[in-house]
Amino acid sequence: MTTVGKPEVNEKKTVDLNVPMETTTGPALDTFAMEAVDLNAYYGKFRAVRDVNLSFRDRQITALIGPSGCGKTTLLRTLNRMNDLVQGARAEGEVRFHGQNIFDASVDPVELRKRVGMVFQKPNPFPKTIYQNVAWGARINGMKQDLDALVEHSLRQAALWDEVKDKLDESGYSLSGGQQQRLCIARAIAVKPEIILMDEPTSALDPVATLRIEELIQDLKVNYTIIIVTHNMQQAARASDHTVFLNMDSDRAGYVVEAGTTGTLFTRPARQETEDYITGRFG
Amino acid sequence: MTSEAPPPAGSLRKRRRPGEAVIGGLLFIAAALSILTTVGIVFELGKEALLFFRSEEASLAEFLSSTQWQPAILDFGIWPLVLATLTTSVTAMVVALPVGLATAIYLSEYATPRVRGTIKPVLEILAGIPTVVYGYFALTFMTPLLRSILGVSVVEIFNTASAGIVVGILIIPLVSSMSEDALHAVPMSLREASYAVGATRLETSLRVVLPGALSGITAAFVVSISRAIGETMVVAIAAGAGPKNFTFGEDSLLGYILNPFVAGETMTGHIVRISGGDLSYNSIDYNSIFAIGLALFVITLTLNVLSRRFVARFREVYE
Amino acid sequence: MTPPGPEASGGASDLLQTSAQMRRRQRRGLVARLALLGALMVAVAALVTLIVTILNSSFGLVAVENERSPGELVASRGYPEGTALGDLTKEDLVALLEAGISTNLGRRFEREQRFFGDRMVFEDLYVLNDLCMAGDPPPPACYLPARSHSQVEALVVERVVEPTIVGTWSFFSSVFNRDDVEAYAAEKYPGAELEFRSWLSWDFVVNPQSPEPAIAGIRTALLGSLWVVLITLAFSFPIGVGAAIYLEEYARENRLTAILQTNINNLAGVPSIIYGMLGLAIFVRTLEAITSGSFLGTGGEATANGRTIVSAGLTLGLLILPIIIINAQEAIRAVPGSLRQAGMALGSTRWQTVRSHVLPNALPGILTGTILAVARALGETAPLVVVGASTFITTDPSGPFSKFTVLPIQIYQWTSRPQDEFRNIAAAAILVLLVLLLTLNTAAVILRNKYSRRTA
Repeated sequence: MTTVGKPEVNEKKTVDLNVPMETTTGPALDTFAMEAVDLNAYYGKFRAVRDVNLSFRDRQITALIGPSGCGKTTLLRTLNRMNDLVQGARAEGEVRFHGQNIFDASVDPVELRKRVGMVFQKPNPFPKTIYQNVAWGARINGMKQDLDALVEHSLRQAALWDEVKDKLDESGYSLSGGQQQRLCIARAIAVKPEIILMDEPTSALDPVATLRIEELIQDLKVNYTIIIVTHNMQQAARASDHTVFLNMDSDRAGYVVEAGTTGTLFTRPARQETEDYITGRFG
Repeated sequence: MTSEAPPPAGSLRKRRRPGEAVIGGLLFIAAALSILTTVGIVFELGKEALLFFRSEEASLAEFLSSTQWQPAILDFGIWPLVLATLTTSVTAMVVALPVGLATAIYLSEYATPRVRGTIKPVLEILAGIPTVVYGYFALTFMTPLLRSILGVSVVEIFNTASAGIVVGILIIPLVSSMSEDALHAVPMSLREASYAVGATRLETSLRVVLPGALSGITAAFVVSISRAIGETMVVAIAAGAGPKNFTFGEDSLLGYILNPFVAGETMTGHIVRISGGDLSYNSIDYNSIFAIGLALFVITLTLNVLSRRFVARFREVYE
Repeated sequence: MTPPGPEASGGASDLLQTSAQMRRRQRRGLVARLALLGALMVAVAALVTLIVTILNSSFGLVAVENERSPGELVASRGYPEGTALGDLTKEDLVALLEAGISTNLGRRFEREQRFFGDRMVFEDLYVLNDLCMAGDPPPPACYLPARSHSQVEALVVERVVEPTIVGTWSFFSSVFNRDDVEAYAAEKYPGAELEFRSWLSWDFVVNPQSPEPAIAGIRTALLGSLWVVLITLAFSFPIGVGAAIYLEEYARENRLTAILQTNINNLAGVPSIIYGMLGLAIFVRTLEAITSGSFLGTGGEATANGRTIVSAGLTLGLLILPIIIINAQEAIRAVPGSLRQAGMALGSTRWQTVRSHVLPNALPGILTGTILAVARALGETAPLVVVGASTFITTDPSGPFSKFTVLPIQIYQWTSRPQDEFRNIAAAAILVLLVLLLTLNTAAVILRNKYSRRTA
């Protein structure tokens, strides 16, 4: 195969198989929150994602891994049609959500995004108060309920409440990077989505902040389906139930090499490509 | 932690958002209004100019060939106005180009942040002073100055040189800021390459940076000419209050026709003087200023489009 | 002769003592640098000269010839020498008026406004009462309070003292050449008094326009400018910001958008006088029924057909529209895309994102650009001459359908007058205009700095 990807991947890097994987003991529910069928994503003439067929299990964590530039982020952003905002981006095929194809002309992307939320690579709080950051999404979506309670509940779920409860009126920018990212997660939770897409949510954070976010993601699984893009295999191995490995072909289009439970994929990968990647013999 | 009830599996069906559509529509109308402005300019100037050329008193051939503009006896040749405009604009460029370009080179290649911090506001203030104030300056300072240097017999009270020089001062900020942008766009690596072969700062500025920014600087020049041609108040106040009619062969070319020290009325100056009076619609005078306006519009638009081409060229090279 | 070799062309020791050729090159560099600096100083010198020219004309000595000298008038009422007119009682001032002007003129003044609340001086009370009952319209004296002390004093100065400025001198000659000025004045204007005058004064700002430069003011023009700029702003701000939002947030990159953008850029380069002609053709002429206010039935007012404040404001509105759009686009573009993405990812609509995140963050930039555009409108002259600003108007504008003049037009007309005194008041008016513009620009700079500090 063509070897593309980062040549600087460390040869000696291996997956620590001793990490406990209690989360991979099998899905409690065997239903799918979202399914991609023959999905292709393009930027103009360039095909960034090729023939993806995937099912994302309800209330489980699915990690998307693969070399950089392999279309992980594009795939993720296609799932809630955030890529609609990119000039020239389009998708073919289907993504089924509650039995509907999200690309159908009758589907409202705004409604879709409300139910499939997103957390971005870099924390991007609004330049507003912490309170307003969390409450804004609920407010514009016309949620008629006690906003104070919602803000508190969301911040608690994001494990941020104790740190910010006395300074809700301060700017979101006054928080540290890790706190900002948890604020962004609280903001996403506040509109009560079913699925949360996370695009390398810890890549801009220090190890301590990363650990807190990873723990938080585990807690959130109870209520939400989570699809997370990461290029840290440790993170994928430790924090996800299912893992999808993508690679890119000679046309630089990303495709799914292998998908399965995280335990299986990291210990007994079916494809040589996968093994090469996770053991670092890649590129 | 409370477990949340699963969200209702409601429909993703498109919601009707009439508000969104209305807002989108309104915003589009706001943007499209600018097209209407252009259409309005072209239509109104064109319509009145057409009425003018079609009238019995005037013709396009006379407009483009005659050297007499005397509405009172129905002579409508645009050349006296065009030549006066040319005189003021050329004078203006003679002032603005060297000063503006030198300022730009100094600011971009030599100046310390402190000098920049002083000069930039000066240029901004110069650019922000209303043109009528420059007109006052031309009449009460520049004209007496020219007359005291060259003699009152040489320089008339109203003269195109004084107006032209002051128009030049007024467009210095335009020349310098556009040129500076162009100089800035030249990559640092080119300068470093030049220094690395032992060039001095001057050699680097003139032989490497300046040629590299040439299309951008050309754009600045072209746009400045357009601005000088369209400038109105300075020439209306200081250049002259009547067309400088002439006859080839009889009037000396350098002594009178192109002599900047005698009075001459420019295209813009004439429009202002005629419309400042009580102008009745549907008169030949009314139509005639629209014909001049159309000519002015075509000239300045052509120059502006040309300038944008040059800008696009240097952007292409470095971006 | 040193033999040719590596040492000769520049060994390590030569680095410190440069060759003659290098010295020449560096000297040339220094000369060029000074030349560049000199050119740059031309710009600075131009600005300084301009300001000095204006200040020089705004203050200076004037030779005043009085029809009656104030000293003589004061003495005629039995006051000691050296008493100022303003120190006289109102009764004495009115007595001076009675002695100094014709009864007919006095009657006219009294019908305009009474001198005393409790008695009449020139006019018969019965006549005034009749006029108040039957007059159509009744004279202002029927409802106005009596003239104040200072109003009567001004009337005495204007009508009895009748000062005429017969000569003016610039600030520089007044200060550095005072002896020559005095000698010249004594010879040329015997009987005239020399006094130092600041042409810029509070009276100048609040007095209406007048054919007499000594008492002319810019009140009418200032109010006119204010009205026109208000209309300009009300028209161009919402449309300009709307257009910028459309182009930055809604428009797809297609042919139509490219045309819109090119068109806006081209409009920004159209000479302002062309906008004046557009305004004349569209607002003044074609839309006369609307811009004259006649559709409201305000025909009774002496409006000058479509040559009104609305027409002027809309014309300038079109003129600064491209500037506002381009500035607002830049401000909107500076808002980080991550905020839009965050907004959209929460299931907000485009407009909700724009309104809650893009606009609040772009607002300081938009306002800065708008202030600068307004400053431009405030200084525009040519388009308003073409649209038809009134050449002489002494009444305050009463609304959007009044005829008007603005400060730059006033400056233009005064500058074009042959008498020296008009140059002086033109300079004073320029000072007022420049102070206004400087205030606006300072506001814009403060706003910009505050904003860039916050985002940094």
